[in-house]
Amino acid sequence: MIDVAVVAFTQRQEAAISGESEVEFMVPLMEQAKASVGLTQSDMGFTCSGSSDFLAGQAFSFVMTIDGTGPVPPISESHVEQDGAWALYEAWVKIQCGGIDTAFVYSYGKSSPGSVRDVLATQMDPYYVCPLWPDSYAIEALAARLMLEGGHVSESRLAEIAARSRASAASNPHAVRSDPKSVADILAEDYAIDPLRPSDLPAEADGGCAVVLATGDRARELCERPAWIRGMDHRGDAHTLGVRDLTSSASARLAAHHAGVAGDKIDLAELYGPFTTSEHLLIEALDLDEDSTAVNPSGGALAAHTMMASGLIRIGEAASRIWRGDGDRAVAHATSGPCLQQNMVCVLEGD
Amino acid sequence: MSADRSTALDPLAAPAALSAPVTLPEALAGAEPVESVCTPIRMTYTYTPGRALSRYLRAMADKRILGERCGATGQVFVPPRGVSPLAGAATSEVVELADTGYVESFNITRVPIERRPDLKPPYCSAWIVLDGASVGFLGLVINIAPEEVRIGMRVRAVWKPDEELETSAANILGWEPTGEPDEVITDYERIGRVDASDP
Amino acid sequence: MSSEVLQAPLVLEYPFTRSTGPVIGAFLTGLRDGVICGIRRADGTVLCAPQEYDPLTAEPLTELVEVGQAGEVLTWAWNGDPRPMQPFDRPFAWALIRLDGADTSMLHAVFAPSAAEMSTGMRVRVVWRTEREGHIADIAGFEPIPAGEAA
Repeated sequence: MIDVAVVAFTQRQEAAISGESEVEFMVPLMEQAKASVGLTQSDMGFTCSGSSDFLAGQAFSFVMTIDGTGPVPPISESHVEQDGAWALYEAWVKIQCGGIDTAFVYSYGKSSPGSVRDVLATQMDPYYVCPLWPDSYAIEALAARLMLEGGHVSESRLAEIAARSRASAASNPHAVRSDPKSVADILAEDYAIDPLRPSDLPAEADGGCAVVLATGDRARELCERPAWIRGMDHRGDAHTLGVRDLTSSASARLAAHHAGVAGDKIDLAELYGPFTTSEHLLIEALDLDEDSTAVNPSGGALAAHTMMASGLIRIGEAASRIWRGDGDRAVAHATSGPCLQQNMVCVLEGD
Repeated sequence: MSADRSTALDPLAAPAALSAPVTLPEALAGAEPVESVCTPIRMTYTYTPGRALSRYLRAMADKRILGERCGATGQVFVPPRGVSPLAGAATSEVVELADTGYVESFNITRVPIERRPDLKPPYCSAWIVLDGASVGFLGLVINIAPEEVRIGMRVRAVWKPDEELETSAANILGWEPTGEPDEVITDYERIGRVDASDP
Repeated sequence: MSSEVLQAPLVLEYPFTRSTGPVIGAFLTGLRDGVICGIRRADGTVLCAPQEYDPLTAEPLTELVEVGQAGEVLTWAWNGDPRPMQPFDRPFAWALIRLDGADTSMLHAVFAPSAAEMSTGMRVRVVWRTEREGHIADIAGFEPIPAGEAA
């Protein structure tokens, strides 16, 4: 196995970036990520991106964004219609194949032109579910009720997760929801979509992020304290909601096992739980001890939810805390699909 | 057994049925089977084109065509996207282009497009290099029989009447011949191409 | 010149017509004819809506069976803001419904007057659309079965 580390990370998240196209807001992020480690596009052994044109209704936005990398002469490049965490996984696999020592990964989402919770109906079963157009919050609310009425979680526990996200987000300049709110005030909120309250839902954002990966000695040259990827795995549950147990996340548990989360103490965890209910399930699935692990010190996806980027941002947030020495061992998680259908877990360590 | 294996490995063999035939409940015996289903997708957005295209579309309302220059190579792109694919960087300068140019390539379409009843076949779509631009730009060649269109032919924009102008590329109804001598294209390898040499 | 960013309404439409295959086709044939089908797994349990392959073992499934037209709400969420393409133009509940004779649940709408009328475990029965074509929306939705009334 080739040692690979995250050595650079930039991000931008705002409630709506209506003044700029995707490529216009991504170019400065991409330039800044590469420049932060003194690299240019021609230094990159591989480039991989993640996005979905359905979010903004902008056909081929991903091709325009590739223009922002400077793909002339042609670069070794790939794209996934997935969160950028999966683009990073592809880049990691490409590095394991040998022959390159750097990779550039970016992803972005501009959901504000449409209604993201309705657009996400198109990821459901195209025969049985999508034609009814259930929105993504309603789908999560179905899982939430099963969890609440089945005694798997309490409303106050969900409110605690929401309050923690808001408090942590106060120190994150990229958070879009960081106003503090007490557990009591959250529990006093009217339901947004019964049984979920507004604070249980993600604060939707537009934005993107960029990451540089490097191997072994190259990573040590570029970064004082590289965040080494020690394990990474992704797993998926069945697509059909009716055959799943929505009160736990089998795929996140399995991915965490294979990524080696249990090996040693985890100092911090950046989990892509778009809802308080999903964050709760992830803490259980990854078997995290909240007394010894700082969960979502950035505020997580509740504080800023950028479709297609929130997973890669979790990896970047975890890595940058390792660079700064805020922790030695971190776990980053990404999800995709309804009710945590697919899950990726990545274990990062500093030297 | 060995026969099965050779079949499985033969890429030209017909694929085996994916599953055994289904059995139906009595209530559906003899029913005419449904074999397809119409499941349309419809999504509504409030589209925002970003900085460069907003500027470009506003200029269109004044019958002006804006391109953008790559600071590193000097090449001019139209329509502008705010970025140079050559440099992987933001463009450095907005450039006003002439509404004249030449046909770099073209095709003649003889089949109708369902939702464009305004496009009556046969019509000519062309890649038009505007004077001052480095790359081609898609447009219709009009006011000439499609068969008479040729590479190198000089054309100018035909704009909508002033009172109908809006912030839209549809302000250009098409491109008509200017009658000037054809552009002499001596280097087909280079023409209209951006410089792709390794820096 | 104004530096304000332009905006315009945009509608994306994809007029998809999908092949159904034999299993989904049988389910939709049933809906057209007022019959709801599930499919039997090797262990005897019934998936409804039916799937072509067992989601746990990947075995092909072929034995379609008729299930009931009433069932139980396993979970629900109140949709106070119905959108144009959804099953009902007034507030309704989304629910996972396990039909009698089935072992798994399917998503559909429950027409209840308010969230207060919804509860997990409640009994509901199918409301058919009059004009049916072989589409999941041939089921207009489900309605609560009043307590004491037989399904």
